[in-house]
Amino acid sequence: MLLQFEQNVLTILLFSPLVGVLILLLIKQEEDTFLKYIGIVTSIFTFIISIYLYNIYNINDSSFQFIKSIPLINFIDVKYAVGIDGLSLVLILLTTFLTPITLISSFNSIKKRVKEFTVFMLLLEVGMIGVFVSTDLFLFYIFWEAMLIPMYFIIGIWGGKNKIYATIKFFIFTMAGSLLMLIAILWMGNFAALQPDGIFTTDYFKLLSIVHLIPKEIQIILFLGFTISFAIKVPLFPLHTWLPDAHVEAPTAGSVILAGVLLKMGTYGLARFSLPLFPQAAIQLTAILITLAVVGIIYGALVSMVQTDIKKLVAYSSVSHLGFVVLGIFAATEESLQGSILQMVNHGLSTGALFLLVGMLYDRKHSREISDFGGLAKSIPIFSTFFMIVTLSSIGLPGLNGFVGEFLILVGSFNSSFIPSKWFTIFATSGVILSAVYMLWMFQRVVFGKITSESNSKLNDLSKREIGLLIPIIIFIVWIGIYPSTFLKITTNSSKNIVTQMNQSIQNINPNQLSK
Amino acid sequence: MIPTLQDYLNIAPILVVSSVALLEVVIKILFKNSKKWFSYISISGLLVAIYFAVYNFGAISLSFNDMLFSGGFASFFEILFCIIGILTILQSESVNKIDEFNTAEYQILILFSIVGMMIMGSGADLITIFLGLELMSICFYILAGFARKHVAANEASLKYFLLGAFATGFLLYGIALIYGTTGTTNILAIARQYPMIFSIPLHVIGFILLLIGFAFKVALVPFHMWVPDVYEGSMTNVTGLMASGGKASAFAAFLLTFSIPLGVKNMELIQIISWLAVATMFVGNIFGLAQRNIKRMLGYSSIAHAGYLLVGLVSSNSLGNQGILFYLVIYSVTTICAFGVVSFVEDEYGKNLNIEDYSGLSVSNPFLAAVMSLCMFSLIGIPPLAGFVGKYYLFASAVQSNLIWIVVIGILTSIISLYYYLRIIVFMYFKEPKTENKIILSTESKISLIFSSVLILLLGIYPSLLLSVVEKFFKL
Repeated sequence: MLLQFEQNVLTILLFSPLVGVLILLLIKQEEDTFLKYIGIVTSIFTFIISIYLYNIYNINDSSFQFIKSIPLINFIDVKYAVGIDGLSLVLILLTTFLTPITLISSFNSIKKRVKEFTVFMLLLEVGMIGVFVSTDLFLFYIFWEAMLIPMYFIIGIWGGKNKIYATIKFFIFTMAGSLLMLIAILWMGNFAALQPDGIFTTDYFKLLSIVHLIPKEIQIILFLGFTISFAIKVPLFPLHTWLPDAHVEAPTAGSVILAGVLLKMGTYGLARFSLPLFPQAAIQLTAILITLAVVGIIYGALVSMVQTDIKKLVAYSSVSHLGFVVLGIFAATEESLQGSILQMVNHGLSTGALFLLVGMLYDRKHSREISDFGGLAKSIPIFSTFFMIVTLSSIGLPGLNGFVGEFLILVGSFNSSFIPSKWFTIFATSGVILSAVYMLWMFQRVVFGKITSESNSKLNDLSKREIGLLIPIIIFIVWIGIYPSTFLKITTNSSKNIVTQMNQSIQNINPNQLSK
Repeated sequence: MIPTLQDYLNIAPILVVSSVALLEVVIKILFKNSKKWFSYISISGLLVAIYFAVYNFGAISLSFNDMLFSGGFASFFEILFCIIGILTILQSESVNKIDEFNTAEYQILILFSIVGMMIMGSGADLITIFLGLELMSICFYILAGFARKHVAANEASLKYFLLGAFATGFLLYGIALIYGTTGTTNILAIARQYPMIFSIPLHVIGFILLLIGFAFKVALVPFHMWVPDVYEGSMTNVTGLMASGGKASAFAAFLLTFSIPLGVKNMELIQIISWLAVATMFVGNIFGLAQRNIKRMLGYSSIAHAGYLLVGLVSSNSLGNQGILFYLVIYSVTTICAFGVVSFVEDEYGKNLNIEDYSGLSVSNPFLAAVMSLCMFSLIGIPPLAGFVGKYYLFASAVQSNLIWIVVIGILTSIISLYYYLRIIVFMYFKEPKTENKIILSTESKISLIFSSVLILLLGIYPSLLLSVVEKFFKL
């Protein structure tokens, strides 16, 4: 019995939120509180399963684990295939960790259509976990796209003033990108069918074994198909314009999930598909992608600096932070990849927490303008303390999580043989300083100084519920900062695998081509 | 050759539906107050027809001196058309409510049009296909003008009739030329003369004329002009039938004449069809953007989908043909379901058809809004809904035939279409309701909507259900 549970643990984890959805559909619309509890309990239950998954995961095994596959279409090789490695595992944990927190955070702030909201949040969780566990590109694509629907509704129904514009922009950007990926997937499936004894397949491992047969020019096109789609999701400069709109208009829970997990799906895709499937194309285009990443780091930071809206500031800071992650992935050394994966988690935690805090502030004052605040340290000290810790973590203060990730990325990319010039890393480093500038400046204007307006002195400090949902995040922020190896050791093998693949393929390129 | 009993058994579905229709004519004359029974009679007739079609499914054969196919492909379409008929009748709530429309003729015409579709789907001879096409079209001409006291309906009917008659002329002329060059109208006999026969220019012209005739029926650009007006003027349930059954049957005939016998391997024809496909996808989707009337919008969407279906024909491989069949089922069910929702919201002929009338539908009628958004997402082609699997198949077939450019265009236009499909959802979910008008649905309507929605979801999650059936018809 237990053995069977262990074999199917991924499937159970993936569909466990659906149980909650089914229960929710049976309950009347009016039972608001009950509906919310069902959602929270379901997501906590999913989190417990993922903890169990972490416990039985074998860190020393470098291959994919808990593999399970069921054919979906018989005569072409398209199937329900799941399996995880360390990279997937940390992101699954991040997802299942953040979902209950967002549901608890919206306990008071979501007042209309609670049932639909909870259903969409749980469906979103299914989609996100699905993306991280799929080992069949068809299945991956299904989850990747399916996840758009709940997010579209979450921004569109519970969003701010300009929600319709934001949500349609989000939908069209993402969909346009992913259709490019669909063409690439179709092409590869068909290429597999043309091999001797071949069959149309979208199996990740089978494709991995034949991609080196694809002509180089086409590899580059396929690589672009995948990478543009992921780059939109990350978002990489200059495809980032949907992000600030979506973030500003989304409700707090939507922003947290968007920043915490959805953006990671882009970087996950880069690390899982773009690099291992098309290493040679990746090497050839590294310079361009790294340039965009570094431009994104600096651009995001500079734009953040001039924002007057706190939420928008945090949104643009995501562009900057994710630039680091992309830099680390394409640097493709073991340190930089480890750093990138860790930084994905870090960004999910600290930016998620920042959005939560901004949301709490908004619930109290119904404003996010920096100029409306000031002197909060005196009126709401507990809030200010949490805000400070999270701000420092986002900047990358040593001892907190952000530092470890950024440090590893910078060290790794400085030594990378794939990056043509050390200047990239040097410029990227300036992003660290800039982030300190915009975050601390914002923090100083909001929290310190004199209490500028009467209403600010009457704000209520955090409630127990709010403290309760911030503390777990803070624990992880400090934990990763002080003892990162708990998390780094999960992903060591994944990073090593990617680096080995890259190094193998660079040996295959003949020296003439490299010098060109 | 004298027809044997087997021949009659082979076409049992067609016989059953037509005799039920004739029976209804008699009942109508004999019993004055028989109105309420008609829908039940029709539905039971269609169910019996489905039974026979399933019974025949395994044995593929020709009957009546090679005039009709039966079993396999033909049975597949017979089942599809019967299901379309049942869904249409179940949803005809707004028709039943109004005395003026609630007549036996409505049911009888629907049944006869379904007979026409079934004949088209099983024609093994150009003449049989033509007969089926005419039977269906004539029923549609009348049905389009069924709301006879309204100007829009009269306009729709007349427009459809005039243009339809013109297109029929093309079709017949094409058949005549093909007969002139090959000496036969039997599809299989014509196919035996491939490919040498394509060296005769007159034969190619014949095929092009045939293509134009079909292009009109499936509404390919530039033969699509009638669609928005006819769709708008007809009663919504009829529009649903035209958009699903009418299109599916024309595509069935399209496949029979162009693809089944040997597969079109004539490059010039494929070239023409591929340009038609591109134009159709572009025009359908771009004009769809500008529509405020939901029926016109769905009309343009149906044009666009004819373009996607054509992609499968252009790739002319087995994957493409399977994709067309799969997509036709999905598209028909989705379209009829969407038009069903439109007819419930419409309530009275010609009202509540603007997109603004859908504001806040999710608050006043959450069930209808949910079904409608399911349909819209499926038409966009978003997984895990069935529309995605259909598009995936069609595009995969094009990739297989090395037609990446047409896939790119298909995907570009899909992105364009996103906007107008999403706009309906925007109005339903993100806008405040104007009225608190609760629409009461009858059980029949609910059954029909739930059946369609479940099918859309089920085939999206587990497409093998249908694909394993479809793959039997086309093997490499």
